[in-house]
Amino acid sequence: MAEYQNIFTQVQVRGQPEWGTDDLGTLMEDRAGTPFFSSLLGWFGNAQLGPINIGMVGVASIASGLVWFVIVGMNMLAQVDYSIPEFIRQLFWLALEPPSPEYGLRIPPLNDGGWYIISSFFLLVSVMLWWLRSWQLAAEQKMGKHVFWAFGSAIWLFLVLGLFRPILMGSWSEAVPYGIFPHLDWTTAFSIRYGNLYYNPFHCLSIVFLYGSVLLFAMHGATILAVTRFGGDRELEQIYDRGTATERAALFWRWTMGFNATMEGIHRWAWWFAVLTPITGGIGILLTGTVVDNWFIWAQEHHFAPMYDGSYGYEDFRSYESFIGQEG
Amino acid sequence: MFPKWFSKWNSEHPTNIYGPGILVGGVGGAVVVAALLVSWGQPFATDSLQTGPRGTGMSVPEFEADLATPDPAIEAVFENQPFLPQGDEPLARDIYENVQVLGDLTEDNFNRLMLAMTEWVAPDEGCAYCHGDVELEEYGSDDLYTKVVSRRMIEMTQNINENWDGHVNANKEVGVTCYTCHRGENVPSDIWFRLGPLTSATAGWSAVQNRVTVQSQSTSLPSDALESYLLEYERIGVHNLESRVSEDVTDPDVPTWQNTERTYSLMNYFSNSLGVNCVFCHNSRAFYDPAQVTPQWSTASLGIAMVQEMNNDYLVPLKDVYPEHRLGPVFADAPKAACKTCHKGYQQPLQGLNVIADWPELATTGAPDYAPATQ
Repeated sequence: MAEYQNIFTQVQVRGQPEWGTDDLGTLMEDRAGTPFFSSLLGWFGNAQLGPINIGMVGVASIASGLVWFVIVGMNMLAQVDYSIPEFIRQLFWLALEPPSPEYGLRIPPLNDGGWYIISSFFLLVSVMLWWLRSWQLAAEQKMGKHVFWAFGSAIWLFLVLGLFRPILMGSWSEAVPYGIFPHLDWTTAFSIRYGNLYYNPFHCLSIVFLYGSVLLFAMHGATILAVTRFGGDRELEQIYDRGTATERAALFWRWTMGFNATMEGIHRWAWWFAVLTPITGGIGILLTGTVVDNWFIWAQEHHFAPMYDGSYGYEDFRSYESFIGQEG
Repeated sequence: MFPKWFSKWNSEHPTNIYGPGILVGGVGGAVVVAALLVSWGQPFATDSLQTGPRGTGMSVPEFEADLATPDPAIEAVFENQPFLPQGDEPLARDIYENVQVLGDLTEDNFNRLMLAMTEWVAPDEGCAYCHGDVELEEYGSDDLYTKVVSRRMIEMTQNINENWDGHVNANKEVGVTCYTCHRGENVPSDIWFRLGPLTSATAGWSAVQNRVTVQSQSTSLPSDALESYLLEYERIGVHNLESRVSEDVTDPDVPTWQNTERTYSLMNYFSNSLGVNCVFCHNSRAFYDPAQVTPQWSTASLGIAMVQEMNNDYLVPLKDVYPEHRLGPVFADAPKAACKTCHKGYQQPLQGLNVIADWPELATTGAPDYAPATQ
């Protein structure tokens, strides 16, 4: 029993390193590195590290991503006059900002968003190539393209933020800054500017799917771990040859809430919840400032922003003097 | 270490001590913590000031320990009851030379105020800080910049108390004196200067933000909020008042998310200056909505207008009077005031202490009314 009371993976299979299938006879060409085993890694996932299959597309993607990264870093460094201590001190504050609004969709000067546009181009290439790679790797192993489409949903949100919405708004200045705190500033300012994004129904949906994903992930992970002792961790076998693990897991949830997913269906639930998070979020962002300019007023017009009864201001509740304990 | 029989007995009777051990430890620990909480109370107890209708979450929370500590600056407030003029005394303007703003005061009240100003602004340097190390007869001289500045500051204080009564006496009579800002220092704390672009490597919006500065209150928000709103008169509001509006963000008159960040920077400065949060003035679900703001919002709006006037009419024009070391680091501009210069982290400066009661001379630009203070 005690072996299940662990937060780490308990089983580490060791043998000849797994090299994978080679149906097309070409896989070996792309592989790099001699595989080896790490116990530490095995606690979290597969103990085997490598070989890695980057491929030409992967190399191009990483190279392009690196160009973006270096442009952002050098711009930050230039802003602190190439002082490394200042760079470290202000790192979370620094950013490569999009152009100022007056440039619209024109090419701005390098020091006011020009570098941002150039670096964004490389980031776009990098992300799209990595997306392509997720298709290629799946195709090579004759897998479904589920990962590709799921990654595509995240890329949809990325493109809405940095490409589609700025074009619809008529200005690259609408894009998100590349910086730790500054991108959070953008998020807050974006919500406040357009009258509170919490009243955007697509933002609501995105939150539902995000929190739903978390809940489903916890429920599914817990269920499978709980029936692993009955062979429940062999999920794929259980899909077409339902055993006692599946029966017990199903019974548990039927007792809990009258309904249960299936060994196959739960993975469709999880995939759709995860994928719908950025899809709905992206729709919400795309509509903001283009179609709707004040979500709170929009919510009032659609009767889902109730007014509250009661006074505004503290004087009606208690005095400042009583709050600070200096009542006369 | 242990006797043999003990080790033998143990090896013959293996027992899992970890399960019960964890259980006893866990339950025992919880009981101890619960007992401490019940008997001693919450160690970090908070209190809150409700600022809006129930259900809106509008309240300003504070630690009770902080609330129990009065503003230490209150102790050093200098109080001194005025002398009621009988009407036949000679006035300061007749006795002393070059008395431009306090000439209507009797000699006693004039000297009383001079003494107070020394306590408030130059307790270490004394009279010499403004008048120089000279004979009493030469006190009329305007040789020192400190004297010229104080004269203008007296006028500013009178103007604030009289014409910005709606702000400084919004809840009750509080008023301001030199001490409200100076707190015994030659130069008040929490003054500010213009910064302009923060980097030479960038231009536009990228140049005015993303740096740790006093003006940005150590956030990455724009550092030019104070100069844009409290010196120049840029528009603070950024919202559309209809759900759907046709506008072009490249139009300089249309507020963008960058303008919103700058407004946020000002609002964050406000919060820090007063030791409050957004919902002290706003219902955060609709910051702009005049139907959902508190009366404090109106007081604060008056404060913005008051600071704009202070900076533009009183503080900035003194630029040429100051020596170089009093001027700003970037533009050599005159020091300026904003919320924090008076409030210093408190909702009301000096926690709402009535500082003006004893100083009718500072309460008005006209003839002081001594009746209430001397009764």
